[in-house]
Amino acid sequence: MKKAKATIDYNNTVIKIRDLEKSFEDYAVLRGIDLDLYQGENLVVLGRSGSGKSVLIKLISGLLKPDKGSIEVLGQDVCHISEKELQELRIRIGFSFQNSALYDSMTVCKNLEFPLVRNRKNITRSEIDKAITSVLEAVGLSQTRNQMPAELSGGQRKRIGIARTLILNPEIMLYDEPTAGLDPITCIEINDLINEVQQRYKTSSIIITHDLTCAKSTGDRIAMLIDGEFQRVGSFEEVFDTKDERIKPFYDYNFTE
Amino acid sequence: MDSTDNAEEPIQKKSSGFKNSLATFFADLYKIHLFIVRFFKEAFVPPFELKEVIRQCYEVGVRSLALISLTGFIVGFIFTKQSRPSLANFGANSWLPSLVSIAIMRALAPLVTALIASGKVGSSIGAELGSMRVTEQIDAMEVSGTKPFKYLVCTRVLATTITLPILATYAAFIGLLGGYLNVAMNEGLSYTAFVQDFFQPLMFLDFTASLIKSIVFGFTIGIVGCYQGYFSTKGTEGVGKAANGAVVTAMFLVFIEEVIIVQITSNFR
Repeated sequence: MKKAKATIDYNNTVIKIRDLEKSFEDYAVLRGIDLDLYQGENLVVLGRSGSGKSVLIKLISGLLKPDKGSIEVLGQDVCHISEKELQELRIRIGFSFQNSALYDSMTVCKNLEFPLVRNRKNITRSEIDKAITSVLEAVGLSQTRNQMPAELSGGQRKRIGIARTLILNPEIMLYDEPTAGLDPITCIEINDLINEVQQRYKTSSIIITHDLTCAKSTGDRIAMLIDGEFQRVGSFEEVFDTKDERIKPFYDYNFTE
Repeated sequence: MDSTDNAEEPIQKKSSGFKNSLATFFADLYKIHLFIVRFFKEAFVPPFELKEVIRQCYEVGVRSLALISLTGFIVGFIFTKQSRPSLANFGANSWLPSLVSIAIMRALAPLVTALIASGKVGSSIGAELGSMRVTEQIDAMEVSGTKPFKYLVCTRVLATTITLPILATYAAFIGLLGGYLNVAMNEGLSYTAFVQDFFQPLMFLDFTASLIKSIVFGFTIGIVGCYQGYFSTKGTEGVGKAANGAVVTAMFLVFIEEVIIVQITSNFR
């Protein structure tokens, strides 16, 4: 499915990152990066394995603390807010994990219910059921309601993982390697789902991947992360219109013989 | 380089290795302290995860019953059997129920229950939370605006703290049955007479001390299991280490606590 034109508000920055640095022991993963995510935009962060892509979204969601720099999400500085404020902010951010991170001991229904009942006070049983039905329909997996995560395929797990974040109606979606380990057909389905989420839920998203097909079909803008810095940022064509030997192999591997 | 430099190198390395181990030990101790403080800060503040506490009590309690029954019975039976010859030397066979009751109520029931729970419950908590950590399920709870500590740690620690005294009381009862069976087989004592002799030497302090001990053991097993699992790292290897660490540390601490509590309660006798 071809990506529909997104409505991006370039005057409204939902994530603003400045001079962000993060190291693990002596290894500097991020070396002073700047990034803006606009309202309604899908931004793809491309890079090699271990280049710090996942670290970036973990910093954005407050799972990790930066060594230096600032991260402003929906107007709040993630590094300098209280635990309670961070918890409230996280409800507005959806995080889709690389391995889906579904709760093994709960059915699909309980997985979806878990964040909802804990974040919406006085929600009734019928409202919960309605919300679950709605997100399951959105990801096309209504029939899996009573299944355990172990009974689902890789693609279904990804979809349920996305559904679990959508149930809170997030304003921002963070996708960590959404197509990793999936067959090409399921990859296309997941890419379509990411675009559908953008249109239907009016989300702004950061998509972490090294899959160029995913980047091309979901991204409004691409940011190439190499050696802890964004080497190129722009449209897909702009980023790959280069002779840089660190970037060219990405394109060649995916799109030439 | 002077040859003495070479000779000193391993000593320096050893000393820096020792310093690092010491620093890690104190850092861990501080982390455990923070973990316990966090438990008390979150466990008794609403919203409460009552359903999950009840589910965990079921997991800890009901699923351990078979093992506790078997162990309790064997401990009572064997202890009675092994004590008989020593008492018989003094012609004090009639003291057997009293000896069994003191041993079971004061020490064996809480201790054996705690050791079994360390192995069964502690390892299961460590492995479960460890695998949730390495598969990012705990991170997923955190980023969805929920409190994984409250849901995963507080509920499990409360469950072990509530359930262990109940299990220890049950183990004492089963131990009593084991002891009675052995006495009935050898001395032909009636059940009523055995129970009367069993409870006669016990004081209120024995019951209280046993209860307090079991509460402390339950809390320890829960906290250690959760701590090991919650901070587990390094993939599947880390899960194994968390489970193993939970059992070894909990058993070690249970013995230390046993010694301390016995010392304290003996002052009140």
